[in-house]
Amino acid sequence: MSNDIIVKAVDVTKHFGNFLALDKVNLEVTRGEVSCIIGPSGSGKSTLLRCINLLERLDGGAIWVNNELVGYRREGDRLHEISDVEISQQRRRIGMVFQRFNLFPHMTALENIIEGPVQVLGEPARQARERAETLLERVGLADKKDHYPSELSGGQQQRVAIARAMGMQPDLILFDEPTSALDPELVSEVLDVMRDLASSGMTMIVVTHEMGFARNVANTVTFMEAGKVIETGLASEVLSTPKSARTAEFIKAVQS
Amino acid sequence: MNATTIRTTGDIGKYEIAHLTLVPKRHIGRTVAAAVVLLLFAALVRAFSVGQIEWSYVRDFLFAPTIIAGLGNTLLMTVAAMTLGIVLGVVIAIMRISGNPVLSSIAVGYVWVFRGAPALLQLMLWFNLALIFPTMGIPGLFEFRTVDIMTPFVSAMLGLGISQGAYTSEVVRSGLLSVDSGQYEAARSIGMTHMKMLRRIVLPQAMRVMIPPIGNEVIGMVKLTSLASVIQYSEILHNAQIIYFANTRVLELLLVASFWYLFVVSILSVGQHYIERYFGRGIKSIRSSV
Repeated sequence: MSNDIIVKAVDVTKHFGNFLALDKVNLEVTRGEVSCIIGPSGSGKSTLLRCINLLERLDGGAIWVNNELVGYRREGDRLHEISDVEISQQRRRIGMVFQRFNLFPHMTALENIIEGPVQVLGEPARQARERAETLLERVGLADKKDHYPSELSGGQQQRVAIARAMGMQPDLILFDEPTSALDPELVSEVLDVMRDLASSGMTMIVVTHEMGFARNVANTVTFMEAGKVIETGLASEVLSTPKSARTAEFIKAVQS
Repeated sequence: MNATTIRTTGDIGKYEIAHLTLVPKRHIGRTVAAAVVLLLFAALVRAFSVGQIEWSYVRDFLFAPTIIAGLGNTLLMTVAAMTLGIVLGVVIAIMRISGNPVLSSIAVGYVWVFRGAPALLQLMLWFNLALIFPTMGIPGLFEFRTVDIMTPFVSAMLGLGISQGAYTSEVVRSGLLSVDSGQYEAARSIGMTHMKMLRRIVLPQAMRVMIPPIGNEVIGMVKLTSLASVIQYSEILHNAQIIYFANTRVLELLLVASFWYLFVVSILSVGQHYIERYFGRGIKSIRSSV
């Protein structure tokens, strides 16, 4: 089952006004794969991620997650835009971790994690709570379960946010520059959790500037610039022997 | 030359000030201001004591059954009108920010109309509705005489509640806008529907911003209910008027009513503090972080 495709983006195009954010982008991610997307700011990496779970609507092209067309329902020759409720059902199976954590500030760490399972999936509170405690333990924050986000460091908040995404038991998790808002000394604790998650077989698409993580953990790396995919391939090949001169230039710049 | 030799050249003792007596700074302005205020206050007290006020009437009517009943009706109207106002305010605010152009236009129109007419006028419109619609209902199903429905209580509640809703919707809307867009995205990313996101994630956070102005509006409403005296709703001011029409002790009874308004408002101010603290949970207060 290792060739089982979980995300397939075909010719995805997105405009913001006159700005072309995504220009016929193609992406393929198989189950269990860790796929890193790198590139300069404004290259469309985050936009692509946000299109996958419909936080942005596409202007052209299509995305399939789990062989299901995102945002539309096909009936014969017609494509129907799906309803709000159906969109939220599609999102349940896609976790997302944000650059600025976006934990719910009025809930404790534990409440943040059980909110989705209980309110959205309708899980019994007790079962959700037990799983949330296990997840907090896994990200090394068992003792912080009753703390509010404002009482946690950035690294701790991001680890809770990862646990929140995992709490929904998604098919894949999208990471949108998960360490970019962190103090440098807190980056490694978040990367450790992500590395652990990757080794457990979770499918991950990670937009990042952490070349070390991409080199050590990612299976595939995609380099984007100006809304286009410049190069994509096995992590070792793209990072060590890039085919495109622009990719090589970028990798050299971020590593120095 | 080193530091030790400099200190021996006559500067000794200059840096030792612990034994000196401290003379606090004089605040002459404050003293003068306080004296002026006290003088004016004394004059005021004297004016009231020599004025034609029979304080015994104030004392006797403070707990008179008619006054207490009026106070009860004032509180009842405050709760009824404010509840209607908050419910309408939340609904209108959500309609306003929804992507549905029909709903948001209705919301804009509602605020425009009901914020545009004085509350007293709106009260009187509801109260006199029978003049243009003698009966109300769905033909064939049920029908009522409008005067039976538009009692002073119902007219006042609709007039006050609906105009309050226009103001409260703006408070709620600013509360909704104060919540970071990342919160909306995080709620969507765990698969919440629009309504669940508003109810579980956005509104609880918006409450923190909404509570101080809504508390202000509740306090305003306590006093605004006095307008209902115009359409014969027997709230406290109306009942005080009934008494002074009989005994001509106008000012005494107005003082009785003022006392009770002040009393209720004071209690509400304390309550507001505790509600603010509840909805501020998880967020460091500005005061403690400074």
